[in-house]
Amino acid sequence: MNQYKLIYKPFGSIAVLIEWPQEINTEIIKNINLFKNKIQVELADIVLDIVPAYNSLTVFFDTSKIRYSAVIKKIKETYELKNEVLKTSSLLWKIPVCYNDDFGIDLNEMAKVKKISKERIIQLHSSIIYEIYFIGFLPGFLYLGGLLEELHYKRKVIPRPKIKKGAIGIAGGQTGIYPRESPGGWNIIGNSPINFFDVKSNPPCFARSGDKIQFVSIDIQKHQEFTQQINTGNYLIKNEVYG
Amino acid sequence: MDSYILILSAGMYTSIQDLGRKGFRSYGVPISGAMDKYSAILANKLLNNEENLPVMEITIIGPQIYFEDNTLIVITGAQISPKLNGKPIENNFEYAVKLGDILSFGKLVYGSRAYLGIKGGFKTEYILNSFSQFKGITKNSVVNKGDRLRITYLDVEHEITSSTIKVRKHHYKSDRIEVTKGPEFYRLSKKQRDFLFSNKFEIDNLNNRMGYQLKNKISPLKNSEIITSTIIPGTVQLTSSGKLIIMMRDCPTTGGYPRILQLTDMAINQLAQKKTGEMFKFYLESSLKFLSRLANRFND
Repeated sequence: MNQYKLIYKPFGSIAVLIEWPQEINTEIIKNINLFKNKIQVELADIVLDIVPAYNSLTVFFDTSKIRYSAVIKKIKETYELKNEVLKTSSLLWKIPVCYNDDFGIDLNEMAKVKKISKERIIQLHSSIIYEIYFIGFLPGFLYLGGLLEELHYKRKVIPRPKIKKGAIGIAGGQTGIYPRESPGGWNIIGNSPINFFDVKSNPPCFARSGDKIQFVSIDIQKHQEFTQQINTGNYLIKNEVYG
Repeated sequence: MDSYILILSAGMYTSIQDLGRKGFRSYGVPISGAMDKYSAILANKLLNNEENLPVMEITIIGPQIYFEDNTLIVITGAQISPKLNGKPIENNFEYAVKLGDILSFGKLVYGSRAYLGIKGGFKTEYILNSFSQFKGITKNSVVNKGDRLRITYLDVEHEITSSTIKVRKHHYKSDRIEVTKGPEFYRLSKKQRDFLFSNKFEIDNLNNRMGYQLKNKISPLKNSEIITSTIIPGTVQLTSSGKLIIMMRDCPTTGGYPRILQLTDMAINQLAQKKTGEMFKFYLESSLKFLSRLANRFND
C-alpha cells in the first residue's frame, strides 16, 4: 500500500495532517481509506479521531499520552507495515430520489443551458454508481465521486439562503445530498426522503467512506410514502454487498 | 431527585458547552465546545468539578436565571456585571444560591464570553458523547427563554471552599494572537507574509461560534481554492476574495480555502473574548518551538 510519497505536517498541536498528491482520483481515495483502517487498528490507544478527505488524512491524537514527534514516527511505521488489514467489503446503497420539478428547481435551467433534456439529466444522474469519498461540511454530508462530465455544472453565483433537507445538488464536478436544511450554492435537481444523519443511531450515518451510492428515480407519491415510512421508522434503505 | 433552573430571559447568545464532541468528525460533526476553554475549565476547577463538565456560555448580553433549588455557582470569563438578587457579585468566586434567587447580568466591562459553572454541572441533553449544543445535533441549539434546565442535585450543604483567584487582564486585553504556520502557508509570497505580520487586523461584525471574519483584505493566492480538506478550530482560511476567516469551535470539519495560519489553542481562547471592531496582530511562533514547548509541558 505504500506506493505514495506522503507529506506529514503538524496541524495545530492536536493533529497530524498527512497529504497525498494534490489530485482527485479513486486510487488515492482507496489508499487513504486503507491507511485509515490500519491506523484505527494499530494505533487505537493514542488516536482520538481520523478524518479523511480527497487527498488527506487528519489524525487527531491524545496529547496527554504522546507527543507529536512520537506520533509521526508511529504513523509512518504503520504506513510501511506489510500486513494488509482485512479489507472490509463495501456496501452499495440504493437511494430513492424524486426528480420532480417541485424538488428539482434548477433542472429546467440546467437543461436549457446544457442543451440536454431533463429526462436525460435524470437518466444520467441515476445511472452511475457513485463512491463515497468522505463525509464533511455538514453532519452526514457525503462527498461523492463519479459524476459524469456531461452533468458538470457551475455553482450558483448567489447561494440560496435555504435549501431543503434531502435536496440533491450539482456543483461543478460534484453531486451531493443536503442532510439538513442549510444555505447553499449547489444546483438542486431532486430530493431524497432518506435521513443521512441520525443522532439516535450509532454510528450516526448509515454509510461509510468507501461505500457506494446509486440514486433510484421515484415519483412524488413514492416520495411521500417513503417519507411517512421513514418518520415512523418503518423504512429500510436497500443495500447490497459490493465488490 | 432533580434540580432545575428556569431561564427568564436568554441574553444575546447563550448555550450549554463542555470541552467538545470528540470522535465524530469523520461523520462531519463539528467538535464544538466552549469558545474560551480556559475560562470554562476555570469555572469547573473553582467548583471542584471535573474540568469537562458542561457550563453555560454567555455572550455579551447575559441571561436572567431563576434558581428552583440550592446550588453553588461560579462565573468566569468576560465581566458582564453579574448580580445575585440585584446585588453585584464577583467573577471567579464561588457563591451559594438558594431557591428563589435570581441571577442577572448588566453592562459588559471587558471580554466577550462569560461562563456560568454549577456544582456538579448541568444535566442537559447528552448526545454523541457531549453536552455541547449544536444545531441538528441537540434538540435546542441555544438556551431559550422559558427553558427549564436540569442541574445536579446537592443533597448536603456545601461549604464554600475556594478563594477568589486573579485572572490576568492579558487574557482579554492582549493584542497578540499566537499562530503557527498552516498547511498552505508555504504558498504565500514574501509580500503577503510581511503584510500578515506587520499589520493590525480588525474583527468584522461577522463573528460567531463558527468563525471570525476579519475586515482587512489581503491579496488572494493564485490558486485561490484547495481540494476540500480538513479544517479545525483556529484554522485561518484565505478566501478567493482576499478575506481572512478564522475558524472557531463550531466550524465545519472540512473547507476549500487555503489554510495559511493556525491559532494556538490559547489564542483561540483569547480571540473568543474579542468582539467586533477589536484589533490584534498575528504573532508567528515556529511550529517546532511551539511543539517542543508542548513536549516540555508533557514531561512535567
